Amino acid sequence: MSVEVVPGVPAIEVTGLSKRYGSLQALDGVDLCVQAGEFFALLGPNGAGKTTLISILAGLARADAGAARIQGHDVVRDYRAARRSLGVVPQELVFDPFFTVRETLRFQSGYFGLRHNDAWIDEVMARLDLAPKADDNMRSLSGGMKRRVLVAQALVHKPPVIILDEPTAGVDVGLRQGLWQFVSQLNRDGHTVVLTTHYLEEAEALCGRVAMLKQGRVVALDTTANLLQGASAVRLRMVLSPDVLPPALEPLAQRQPDGAVVLAVHRHADVADVIVAIRAAGTVIEELRILEPDLEEVFLQIMGRP
Amino acid sequence: MTGFQTLLLKELLRFWKVSFQTIAAPILTALLYLLVFSHVLEERVQVYPGVPYSAFLIPGLAMMSLLQNAFANSSSSLIQSKVTGNIVFILLPPLSHAEFYWAYIIAAVVRGVVVGSGVFLVTLLGSHVPMPNLLWALAFAVLGGGILGALGLIAGILAEKFDQLAAFQNFIVVPLTFLSGVFYSVHSLPPFWQAVSHLNPFFYMIDGFRHAFFGVSDVAPALSLAIVGGCFAALSFACLALIRKGHKLRH
Repeated sequence: MSVEVVPGVPAIEVTGLSKRYGSLQALDGVDLCVQAGEFFALLGPNGAGKTTLISILAGLARADAGAARIQGHDVVRDYRAARRSLGVVPQELVFDPFFTVRETLRFQSGYFGLRHNDAWIDEVMARLDLAPKADDNMRSLSGGMKRRVLVAQALVHKPPVIILDEPTAGVDVGLRQGLWQFVSQLNRDGHTVVLTTHYLEEAEALCGRVAMLKQGRVVALDTTANLLQGASAVRLRMVLSPDVLPPALEPLAQRQPDGAVVLAVHRHADVADVIVAIRAAGTVIEELRILEPDLEEVFLQIMGRP
Repeated sequence: MTGFQTLLLKELLRFWKVSFQTIAAPILTALLYLLVFSHVLEERVQVYPGVPYSAFLIPGLAMMSLLQNAFANSSSSLIQSKVTGNIVFILLPPLSHAEFYWAYIIAAVVRGVVVGSGVFLVTLLGSHVPMPNLLWALAFAVLGGGILGALGLIAGILAEKFDQLAAFQNFIVVPLTFLSGVFYSVHSLPPFWQAVSHLNPFFYMIDGFRHAFFGVSDVAPALSLAIVGGCFAALSFACLALIRKGHKLRH
């Protein structure tokens, strides 16, 4: 499906966005820019402000200060154009119990003023394996199926910008893989995709850029590759016999429940020195694996900073 | 279809799919009122000269059912969407504030008119009521349904839980409809209560609607129509302001 993209205009642009709920500062001066065509991850612990940010972009919540634009359209002043450009998969598993899957999708398409959209609705249902359930009432669907309908509802109007708020929470592996294939295809076709998830390996595999939120502020914003490179250490996972390390290495070690030792090493070049030191101490290395830094580790490091 | 037409169709289908509960049940309720009240009062009360009590009662009952169901439609649809969370499906699309408002109001009027007509047709089987002046009857039916649809929408916006909505219905809508002269002419009341009744906008809806059937009323129908129209305009303005602000709809 083709996407209308205005050259030079960011898909999402957020400046100085703040939002307070009672005593909770949900967002505290967030600046963020997502370029058209990006696959972007918005990460953070529960309560970091991810869903608040998405709600403001979608017009479900109003910011106390700052501005947000979707494809150059202000989400308050120019709300109709902004909403036409945006598809949101909400985090909560919601549905209308009065209608079937097909009726639900036709209504959603109609709300966007689209006529004759059945071909695309059929394609979305097929891509999300919903076709066999097309005429079933929403009430009768399993949680995973309802989640698929939410994804389909967000896509009925072929939005150039797609936001998925934890779309794989509580979802089985089959749907997860099918969903990511579909969303990756949409991204290759030119759609901008923003994703929040607690499965960081998903974000690492899919997203070119990552923003991390903590207590309503952006605490990291970089390409996934740069974030991984900036991680402090490679780690060696070893099984030793006997389980004794030279005293100099002991502070770097973490014992695992299965008896293995994980050793944090600053650079790849240091690996050889570590192995030589262990063998010089008379210890045999029975097993050895090098663990590359992953996004989860980076995430924990960044969130652990004061 | 436009977004407005889609939302209207959705709202119509929503009550139509459960029409046993949303149409048949209120018609039965009205029929029971008619049976009981006309049995007790038929021989004892004559409100207008030459008009049997049951015939007097029918237009008022039809209008009361219309008003209560118009209120029930918009208010229950909105509170259900809010409580279950599926209101996001109509908050995310680019529907304008007016489209949102009118889709709910028109659906409320349609349900009210369907129920009111049903009550009228069913009760005709047992009583003689003159056929109404359709233009007057429709004007009061549509405006009255619109007022209650708007009140329902306001109640649905303000309420966060079902019991708050029930309170709005039980303590405001039901007393105002019962005390509007459905079961009696306000001329039969002591002067003080007559004056109080004239402050109740529901009174003008019932009185004007009844005029369309009997050509007799407590207040000139043109004045009633002006008051009812004014109330609808004021409530529409208030309701649209709430929607524009996103009050309790958008955080």
